[in-house]
Amino acid sequence: MSGVDQAKAAEAFIALEADLLDHAEYQQWLDLWDDGGLYIIPIGEGDDFEDRLNYAYDDAAMRRMRVARLTSGQSMSANEAARTVRVTGRYRLLDSSADDVVNIRCAQTLTEYRRETLRTYAANVTFVLKPCDDGFRIQKKVVRLINSDGALAGLTYLL
Amino acid sequence: MTYADYATLVQPDRVHSRLYKDPAIFEDEMDRIFSKTWVWVAHDSQLPNPGDFVTTHVGRQPVIVNRDKKGVVRVMLNRCRHRAATVCEAVSGNAAGFVCPYHAWTYAQDGSLRGMPLPKGYKDFDKSNHGLVQLRVESYGGLIFATFNESAPPLEDFLGRARPWIDLFMKQAGGFPVKAAGEHRFTFPGNWKIQLENTTDAYHFPVVHKSFLTSLDNATEELFSFMQGDGYVEDLGNGHSVLVMIPELVDLEGDLDAPVPERFEALAEELRADYPEEQVRRIVRAVGGSGFNLNLFPNLACSMAFFRVLRPITVDKTEIRHIAITMDGGPPAANRARLRLHEHFQGPMGFGTPDDADAWERVQRGAQAGDDVWIMVNRGEDKTASNAGDVTAETGMRAAYQMWKRMMVA
Repeated sequence: MSGVDQAKAAEAFIALEADLLDHAEYQQWLDLWDDGGLYIIPIGEGDDFEDRLNYAYDDAAMRRMRVARLTSGQSMSANEAARTVRVTGRYRLLDSSADDVVNIRCAQTLTEYRRETLRTYAANVTFVLKPCDDGFRIQKKVVRLINSDGALAGLTYLL
Repeated sequence: MTYADYATLVQPDRVHSRLYKDPAIFEDEMDRIFSKTWVWVAHDSQLPNPGDFVTTHVGRQPVIVNRDKKGVVRVMLNRCRHRAATVCEAVSGNAAGFVCPYHAWTYAQDGSLRGMPLPKGYKDFDKSNHGLVQLRVESYGGLIFATFNESAPPLEDFLGRARPWIDLFMKQAGGFPVKAAGEHRFTFPGNWKIQLENTTDAYHFPVVHKSFLTSLDNATEELFSFMQGDGYVEDLGNGHSVLVMIPELVDLEGDLDAPVPERFEALAEELRADYPEEQVRRIVRAVGGSGFNLNLFPNLACSMAFFRVLRPITVDKTEIRHIAITMDGGPPAANRARLRLHEHFQGPMGFGTPDDADAWERVQRGAQAGDDVWIMVNRGEDKTASNAGDVTAETGMRAAYQMWKRMMVA
């Protein structure tokens, strides 16, 4: 695949991921991940996620637990989850630390509606994607909310 | 409202729902509670060096908490004495002083006014009377409190019987100094006292946090299944209380001969490469936090493994901070475990907090119904010298509301 084709394929994959999350198709979302992948929602700047407090720092086990919680019927906030629509764009390929992965950054604007309140969350999202036979697997997804160091409200879905 | 009204709105077993929704009551609370008593503002570890500062609030008033060059911790109103602009908008940092951005009045670390441009425009002006307004500051166990009230009792007297519990709580750094290590901050559309109640409420845990309990391994789920256990709630005076959920984890330096729980065995094994067995056990036992919530009236809780700070914004809006705690200079593996445990339950994406926040919001919404329907806090028996108490007792809420009443009618 040429660089241009690979970038287009990565953008389509990111759009698919966004669509799965907006429609709460969480089992399919789990299948997009590499077993060693990390799903990270950090607070503030910096890359030393493991040694800092984040909103989420999920390995495969934690992702499965998170999905189980959201779909269990046992969480009062998740049982009344917000409706969400997210749009990704402004894609840019970044230098990769390894030859065999695609490192891509995009903008994400997410609007949620819950109990008469419409909220917007904007974020820079970085994906490290590993090509495979049927597309990609996510090795790393980092969602940097532009208000990550501000006061948030409870999130009843996945960013 | 008149003082007599406040006396009738708080009964021994119930409080009137106007306490959650009347803006006039909220205004009086700001004056009679948040401007009169000791309010927690920072932990020592947030200001290790001279010049270090954090900005926060006492009630609704923005303040700077900083350590001056002599090492004295100051709490000062964050407003220029000239025309009121805030002199600092950073959340934290280190500063040689504070310069107002509007006309460049300049203040030293100790808040004294050093100078301003074109001083000839002022006649008979005494700079020494125009420093940043200072609050009274005292600390205990690394917890820094401030008050506007020069006649408030000494902090140690105010904390009283809560002090030994603060000492116990600070053992959770496993022999290292306690370090405030980042925070989750969120707001919920509800009155601040709904959150104040919640930190002393064990009764909600298996209901609201069922999805959290399900996510735990069996041994940990057992540990958190404390409803039928020997826990209790104790009124510590002055509105403070302690909710003991897991009695065997009250003293983290006790029972160090007990086997390491299976969920921490891998961590213990990793630590054994660098630490002797006794220290490994002390660190590992501290990783999961204390078995109790200490509620300090009106705005701080030392809650199992973190600090919970509340800030009233309006009668129906409250900001909560969950400040993570790590072991300062401790093993990175243990600190990572503490951070991951914090992320698991706390914060807007935690497995616990979003459900708590939802319950509190529902309380505020429901409290709009009924003009003369009361909030019941009559559950369970208080722990006394002759009574074992009950972990689900609403003792801590009763204690807080009696203090509320005492302050509101004073």
